Amino acid sequence: MSAQASGQALAKGGALTSSRPGSGRWLALASRHRVALTLAFLLVFPWIAPYQALAVNILVLGLYALGFNLLFGYTGLLSFGHAAFLGGGAYGSGIAIVHYGLHPALALIAGTLLATLIAAIMGVLAIRTRGIYFAMTTLALSMCVYYAFYRAEAFTGGENGLRGINVQSLALPGFTLNLLDPMVKYYAVLAIVGAAVWLFSRLLSSPFGAALEAIRENEGRAQACGYDVRRMKLVAFILSGALCGLAGALQAIHLSIVPIETMHYATSGQAVMMALLGGMGTFFGPFVGAATFSLLQDGLATLTSHWQLLVGAIFIAFVLFLPLGIWGEVLARLRRAGW
Amino acid sequence: MLQEDAPVNDITLAGFPLDLLALQLVTGVALGAIYVLVGIGLSLIFGLMNVVNFAHGAFFMAGAYVGVFLYGYTGNFWVSLVAAPLAMGLLGLVVERVLVRPLYGRGIDDPLLLTFGLSYVMVESVRIAFGLTGLPFGAPPELRGAVDIGIGYFPLYRLFLIAFSLVVVGALWLFIERTSFGLVIRAGARDPQIVQVLGIEISKVWLAVFGLGCALAGLAGILAAPLQGVTPEMGIPVLAEAFVVTVVGGMGSLAGAVLAGLIVGIVVAMTSLVAPDMTKMAIFALMALVLLVRPRGLLGRAGALG
Repeated sequence: MSAQASGQALAKGGALTSSRPGSGRWLALASRHRVALTLAFLLVFPWIAPYQALAVNILVLGLYALGFNLLFGYTGLLSFGHAAFLGGGAYGSGIAIVHYGLHPALALIAGTLLATLIAAIMGVLAIRTRGIYFAMTTLALSMCVYYAFYRAEAFTGGENGLRGINVQSLALPGFTLNLLDPMVKYYAVLAIVGAAVWLFSRLLSSPFGAALEAIRENEGRAQACGYDVRRMKLVAFILSGALCGLAGALQAIHLSIVPIETMHYATSGQAVMMALLGGMGTFFGPFVGAATFSLLQDGLATLTSHWQLLVGAIFIAFVLFLPLGIWGEVLARLRRAGW
Repeated sequence: MLQEDAPVNDITLAGFPLDLLALQLVTGVALGAIYVLVGIGLSLIFGLMNVVNFAHGAFFMAGAYVGVFLYGYTGNFWVSLVAAPLAMGLLGLVVERVLVRPLYGRGIDDPLLLTFGLSYVMVESVRIAFGLTGLPFGAPPELRGAVDIGIGYFPLYRLFLIAFSLVVVGALWLFIERTSFGLVIRAGARDPQIVQVLGIEISKVWLAVFGLGCALAGLAGILAAPLQGVTPEMGIPVLAEAFVVTVVGGMGSLAGAVLAGLIVGIVVAMTSLVAPDMTKMAIFALMALVLLVRPRGLLGRAGALG
């Protein structure tokens, strides 16, 4: 999606406040309280979801899509290598638990740090390319990371994946959480995802967030305004990687295994799909996208083992007919209706 | 890839006999021939239309399947060699006309996203038609065996691969540099609007070039099939490697794609000799190096077809 098109998505129905007085009041209000509204929805989500393990999946994937959206939706950089960050986070926390017996909280930090490091290295290289090159370079670099982890069998388990991440309970000062109870697990994960969502919102409202959107709208102009565009893109890339790494670290503990596929190209593609299905450049879109993708996958997989055919076809239809995504389209319609 | 009967020579380089290194170099050129064909197809479409075909690997894979399937029917490799690119070219025409064309004038990422979705559909369709596990495939009988090329015995099929790719690339060069349609293609890469103003329907040129690029992917697929057999997933690493070729060579530059394809092939062959575990990663290390030293690629210029 082009910078212009996503800019329109935002101007029409995105998270910005309306410039016209009298119209768009409700959306402006919602935009001001986007973190509270998002969290309110996620708090009741387990009662809506078909089953609770799926709710945890969607929560983690939502965070993954959110991190991806920082780069794609808000900075206008299309990366096809985010599996390296999800995988890096997953392996980082998994290895910390399996090989070093670290506390899950420390493992989350370890995973996020590893993903951040991978993002920094990939970012330095990928940022040197522009536009369409960027997607190709990130894809190629993430394949390199995939092969590196595939080969490091002693640490990662290679083809079989990293097994034995057994976190049944979480000992915190004063009390212990029983993670075998899916509801406890969901809210434990939500506490972390919620904090990340809040941080993400703060980031977007900061001058830095505004500069990122300026880069998306017109890179040359942002440069002319005196912004160090390259450096800001790199910082956005690394922050995006860190968020996705946190998602990966949570996923490793949630699934108690890190399959090698976590790092694969298809996982990078999944981030792209979720962001586009939900609505890129919208605050809540990634969660809508994650839920849509997971429910589609879950529903179609019970019908046919070839669910990817339908997912691919649905994705094509979205690109052609609904490029704003589900949430982007909802916002655009509400805005047109004068909300 | 180590030849067991490699002649032992007095002259060595880094612990390897020179003859062996030379043989491995030729192997690299043979592998490079595949990369060249894949890379040219991708570069051609990008150079003219600013479209990155994310389904390029899927076309590669589907071409290989069409070829292998037809070989099973006819027992004639030459039929496959013609039919695979033809089928992928036709499919490419349909894809451009029906799916990609509505996206012109929209963002540059849109065709990329669409072809990404298309690759899912193509891979899954092949799984439905031919099963999940893939098919074994070897060189056809007339191209089996090895011949002495002066520095040792070399598989005949790989020699054929080099020669055939040379012919294809040569024909393509003549087509683009020496025919009037090639002139239109080059002009269209530079400024599609002017071409349109001159009374040439640029959308027809785009249609043809998209088909041609997909046909090249299909041809590379059937040519690669005897080296590795075919699986539904075979296109995914190829897509990444084709991206490396275009980034290293310079996007949209056909000469760059040829040069980079050969370099990538040689790097793969040499790494598999020295450090077999690192083969896959060496390709990407090469790309990282080029990005650091020369981000626009070896022969990269903005936009124009080299």
